Amino acid sequence: MSTIKRYAATAIAAALGVSALAACGGTDSGDSAKKGDGAGSKTVTLVSHDSFDVSPAVLKAFTQATGYTVKVLKSGDAGAALNQEILTKGSPRGDVFFGVDNTLLSRALDNGLFQSYEAKGLDRIPADLQLDKGEHRVTPVDTGDICVNYDKKYFADKKLAPPKTLDDLAEPAYKDLLVVEDAATSSPGLGFLLATAGQYGDDGWQGYWQKLKDNGVKVVDGWEQAYNEEFSGSAGGKKAKADRPLVVSYASSPPVEVLYADPRPTEAPTGVATGTCFRQIEFAGLLDGAKNAAGGKALLDFLIGKQFQEDLPLKMFVNPAVKDTKLPEVYAKFGEKADKPLTVDPKKITEKREQWVKSWSSLVKK
Amino acid sequence: MAVPLAFFALFFAYPVVAIVGRGLKSGGSWQFGRIGEVLGDPDIGGVLWFTTWQAVASTALTLLLALPAAYVFARFDFPGKQLLRAVVTVPFVLPTVVVGSAFLAVLGRGGLLDELWGVRLDTSVWAILLAHVFFNYAVVVRTVGGLWSQLDPRQEEAARVLGAGRFAAWRRVTLPALAPSVAAAALMVFLFTFTSFGVVQILGGPSFSTLEVEIYRQTAQFLDLPTAAVLTLVQFAAVGAILALHAWTVRRRESALRLVDPARTARRPRGAGQWALLGGVLATVLVLILLPLAVLIERSFDGPDGYGFRYYRALQSADGGGGTFLVPPLEAVWNSLQYAIVATLIALAVGGLAAAALTRRAGRLVRGFDALLMLPLGVSAVTVGFGFLITLNQPPLDLRTSWILVPLAQALVGVPFVVRTMLPVLRAVDGRLREAAAVLGASPLRAWREVDLPMVRRALLVAAGFAFAVSLGEFGATVFIARPDNPTLPVAVARLLGRAGDLNYGQAMALSTILMVVCAVSLLVLERIRPDRSVSGEF
Repeated sequence: MSTIKRYAATAIAAALGVSALAACGGTDSGDSAKKGDGAGSKTVTLVSHDSFDVSPAVLKAFTQATGYTVKVLKSGDAGAALNQEILTKGSPRGDVFFGVDNTLLSRALDNGLFQSYEAKGLDRIPADLQLDKGEHRVTPVDTGDICVNYDKKYFADKKLAPPKTLDDLAEPAYKDLLVVEDAATSSPGLGFLLATAGQYGDDGWQGYWQKLKDNGVKVVDGWEQAYNEEFSGSAGGKKAKADRPLVVSYASSPPVEVLYADPRPTEAPTGVATGTCFRQIEFAGLLDGAKNAAGGKALLDFLIGKQFQEDLPLKMFVNPAVKDTKLPEVYAKFGEKADKPLTVDPKKITEKREQWVKSWSSLVKK
Repeated sequence: MAVPLAFFALFFAYPVVAIVGRGLKSGGSWQFGRIGEVLGDPDIGGVLWFTTWQAVASTALTLLLALPAAYVFARFDFPGKQLLRAVVTVPFVLPTVVVGSAFLAVLGRGGLLDELWGVRLDTSVWAILLAHVFFNYAVVVRTVGGLWSQLDPRQEEAARVLGAGRFAAWRRVTLPALAPSVAAAALMVFLFTFTSFGVVQILGGPSFSTLEVEIYRQTAQFLDLPTAAVLTLVQFAAVGAILALHAWTVRRRESALRLVDPARTARRPRGAGQWALLGGVLATVLVLILLPLAVLIERSFDGPDGYGFRYYRALQSADGGGGTFLVPPLEAVWNSLQYAIVATLIALAVGGLAAAALTRRAGRLVRGFDALLMLPLGVSAVTVGFGFLITLNQPPLDLRTSWILVPLAQALVGVPFVVRTMLPVLRAVDGRLREAAAVLGASPLRAWREVDLPMVRRALLVAAGFAFAVSLGEFGATVFIARPDNPTLPVAVARLLGRAGDLNYGQAMALSTILMVVCAVSLLVLERIRPDRSVSGEF
């Protein structure tokens, strides 16, 4: 035992020595170098996935209003970030977790990850987004639609109408045009699988996928490959001479294509098949064992407050959860509304997810 | 020895054992039954089979393509040789997120092969194999070529004078001297390809999966810790076996060889055959390594209105057309450099002490320790990262939200490189010099400073360069570790690629190019300060 302690002491000494060295060398990787977590109740820590983003000015406004400074920790994609929280349950790294969606919600709730807190302003969020209404363990913050996107130029050149619905995708006119993500590893991939399950039901979705397969659907590992390498409508795809004009992406991808182009085009190069959408709802919650619960509560209020909600669309390219939030012009102009977004009950998702993904894999990937 | 042991115990063994233990233990009792259950699963069996055979095939293909290059680099003098040697090493330290897209540009649709012969290899096993060659080419060129260049050609000539044919002389004289280093290189390539993650994920498509990919899926996506634990154990066993074999071949290589200055063994190629060989090797390097890198660079300049520095300029502003980061992406370069410097210092301290300890002592236990230090190269990053999360969560060691965790994880991967570079040089230092210093009254520290340090300084620099480059490109562990909002270069590239839009894609390419250049420059500096008698450094 004592040897272990000695080793530990040596290692700590080594680590500290290195930190000191680093400080001498001018290496300062942010404020955390000086403060451990929980160093004071003036810092509130938000744990999220890699896609989390917010304008610095908005965070500053929060600090001015409440006195709390926000520290953001990003750790991998949505699934990995949530799983890390589950592993560290009871001694969490932060106070608030943002980014659990309806496909993962039950996993988070079943593991007792969150404390109950009813955020101020919840009444301005539509009831159908409040999936944990009774207990308020999570607060809906935004929604996003996973939809098939199409390359406008391709369909204009071919004088072919772009597909609108899931049924259309199985039509011979769209043979060999669609690329989708692996439902086992990618969240848009899973979303699209759930869209088909929502549409055709437990008994029907496999038959539908068999049709898609016969119609030449291509499966790749993740969104990056599908969108940047295979989809002919994206900036990356054009450079890669991609040849698939249909891809599973987001309803907000067209405005992103406009916003991140220089000069900005007057029309988005891509469109959305509005009848193919699966609705994702993203939640935030106060972590069980949070060191700064008061700060965490203030942060949750802030996440559904006006400033943050208005900042969301152009930062994370999702829709604000709060009703009647003013949308930025470029987002409103180039974004498209899903006709009737499909959804599946979170409990059912948890129950069936693994089984669906397994049978999907053996059906489509082989 | 205490410091490196403590470092490994605390930052490697403990987290890994804890996460595996968490998986295998349920309700307080061990679930060894799970092992059989998981291994009996036909899907897992398929993964195991694919992992093994693709590693064997990748290793064979790498040897086939890289051994001629090892010979050419060792024996021939040609203009640009040093630059080329640095460039072929660049892929080895590049993160796979960057390379995947470049590689698809050559092998995929509309790529060079497609345009010339209509051959498309994306999402085929060939893409995986060739990418593995791309990544590991340098391992063979450097390990085998390094030794080859120091073998005295006169020994072979002597054999020929004595009447042996050209082939017989080579087989009898050069081959036996070379064989252990070929074996060592092959085993390293096998190790890297056996635990391949990014290449298989990006180029293989969803129908191929290695053990490492499966561990990632089970841990990060499904949170199926029992299955992940069993797979980790399987990978451990396999990697352990590879490392044991590797340690054995290294020991065999340390038999006395008469080594000479590489500058004396290389000369300009003579005759059509040798020129053809040189040409063939250069062509392979061009197509397999330079071309994907060039495509990457080309795309970083290829804006909507012709070539230009548009994307590079965009990197300087926080809101390059909308703002993917809180800080200008270019700051990721600075973050990366800072992390890499700290990681290099840690790796040098730990690896240097370990190498010193390994030099002083001998015996089975010490050799076991030698192999142990290599283990982080073969253990899945997600296992280590998740292990960190559940073990380093108690004060005073609650490092989970500390920036130091990133360099610590990077140093784990850097240490094996430091040890492997330092060890042969340290072993070559004559122990009697130290004794003489001690007799003359020098303290051990003074003896080390006056005797060892001057002799190993250059090796130390080489080791530092490798650790630095590896830390710079490290992606796997870094991405799983909580960190304040200052992304490293590879992480920034991955984030940019994760967004739609022309500007994001272009900036990702520009950042990748910067990463490449930084790697290439540090490797070139390495070439310059290479110890003149570097006794067959391993990498």
